[in-house]
Amino acid sequence: MTTLSASGEFIAKKYEPKGPVVLDCHVDNIYYGNFRAVRDSTIPIEKNKVTGFIGPSGCGKSTVLRSMNRMNDLIDSFKFEGHIQYHKHNIYDKKIDPVIVRRYIGMVFQLPNPFSMSIYDNVAFGLRLNRFKGDEEEMVVKALKRAAIWDDVKDKLKNSGMSLSGGQQQRLCIARAIATEPDVLLMDEPCSALDPIATRQIEELMIELKEFYSVALVTHNMQQATRVADVTAFLGVDISKGGRTGYLVEMDDTQKIFQDPQQELTKQYVRGEFS
Amino acid sequence: MSEIIPQVLASKIKLPSLDKNVFELRALKDTFLTVLVWALAILASVPLFSVIYMLIVEGGSRLDLEALTAIPPAGFEMGGGFGNAIIGTLVMVGIASAISIPFGLMAAIHLAILDPNSKIATISRFLAKVLTGFPSILAGVFVYAVIVITTGTYSAWAGGVALAVLMLPTVTLAAEEAMKQVPQRMKDAAFGMGCTRTQVIMKVVLPTGLPGILTGVILAVAGAAGESAPLLFTALFSNYYMAELAEPTASLSILIYNFSGMPFDNQIELAWTASLVLVMLVLLFNILARIVGRSKFND
Repeated sequence: MTTLSASGEFIAKKYEPKGPVVLDCHVDNIYYGNFRAVRDSTIPIEKNKVTGFIGPSGCGKSTVLRSMNRMNDLIDSFKFEGHIQYHKHNIYDKKIDPVIVRRYIGMVFQLPNPFSMSIYDNVAFGLRLNRFKGDEEEMVVKALKRAAIWDDVKDKLKNSGMSLSGGQQQRLCIARAIATEPDVLLMDEPCSALDPIATRQIEELMIELKEFYSVALVTHNMQQATRVADVTAFLGVDISKGGRTGYLVEMDDTQKIFQDPQQELTKQYVRGEFS
Repeated sequence: MSEIIPQVLASKIKLPSLDKNVFELRALKDTFLTVLVWALAILASVPLFSVIYMLIVEGGSRLDLEALTAIPPAGFEMGGGFGNAIIGTLVMVGIASAISIPFGLMAAIHLAILDPNSKIATISRFLAKVLTGFPSILAGVFVYAVIVITTGTYSAWAGGVALAVLMLPTVTLAAEEAMKQVPQRMKDAAFGMGCTRTQVIMKVVLPTGLPGILTGVILAVAGAAGESAPLLFTALFSNYYMAELAEPTASLSILIYNFSGMPFDNQIELAWTASLVLVMLVLLFNILARIVGRSKFND
């Protein structure tokens, strides 16, 4: 059952995706300077599904997520070993421009971060960035409707995006991210700064959004993973060699992970024995 | 049962009085300090208001169209004004802005975003801070040596450059501060949308920091408009409207300096009026700075 790498480290059993894969993520190693943050994790993101990432603090789930649209390139000491396959391209190939990668793989952050401009301009930002030639207004309205915030803002599109409540701001950020119709939506603990009602709305939204997009969701909240994710990847922290290196422990259908996990560590985690 | 317990407690414990006592030591201290702070705050604004009051009383009577448009009177001549000095001040402040704002903004982008912790940024930030406390007369001496001597004439150019030397650090540091206030998560959002670094700066950092940047710029302009020392050896003075930028040029502050020492009542009255106009000009810039300092979105 257990596979070991050449150096004797644990490697998770490969998850066999049941549908088409849009972002095939093979991490060998991720380093920040000399610090080895993540090792040996193969996490395919399937099309039109929500893939959840759970695991204790410091297991590198955000690091893996932020590697998927090369956001980590903004950190000087960051080094990625492995490959992430996206429509025949390895996005870590030398000839790939990370700026263009980020236009196809959108991101929603932990804290709502609308720009200090009007609600309309926030959503139109990505369209203008891509020199979108079609009907801008139509795309903005569509994105706001899909992000389930249209009814809240339709009468105040000229107001500042910063004037909205936290939950509304986060839905505005989702609208901004999906306005350019990205393939994949990366969500890095999008509800951790929100109240329970706003969290519920965002969760319902994620389930609706997977009809159009493929979603990768990092969450610290196991209940959220059971409610939203179709497939769940559980990452653990390896402290055996003195460091704190995250690695994939187990990945499977969410139901299987929570009801019949194969690894002892996963069992302990989903029972809430550590976090 | 539940009603009995409070009664028992009340009989056992003697509650202290909760009434207000204004003669208690800490209440007295509180009153004394409050009064003191108010008194000092009023005292601090006395100089400003007395200066403005004096300027209005002394200079208000001559504030008319002639004073604002005519050229300065000579000797025993009556009437006259300082129209050329107003134009001169505005032109030189304009030259100074045209030089210091682009340089200051670009320096601020480097200091705030591109490489905030590099050696060159640390050194130039330190030098900018030193330059804010730079004696303004030395800026005049420096430009005298560099421009006036080499071109062989006092000029509006030289005056403008001297004022630019003084404006540059103010613009740079204010713009840097304003850009640093733009939260990292906003920049992350822009990078996440697929912006290049230039696009992040142009589309997010500059527009978001704009109110703060403009406030700094306008305060620098107001400061430059009131400067006299750097103009003494650079623009000198002229009794006529400027015909070109490469000739000695009048300014309000030098006019005030010249006229206030003259033994003629007419000139002394005009010096008061020019002071009033200068103060109003500076005040106008300050009020403008406060208005644009407020964000476009009040929330």
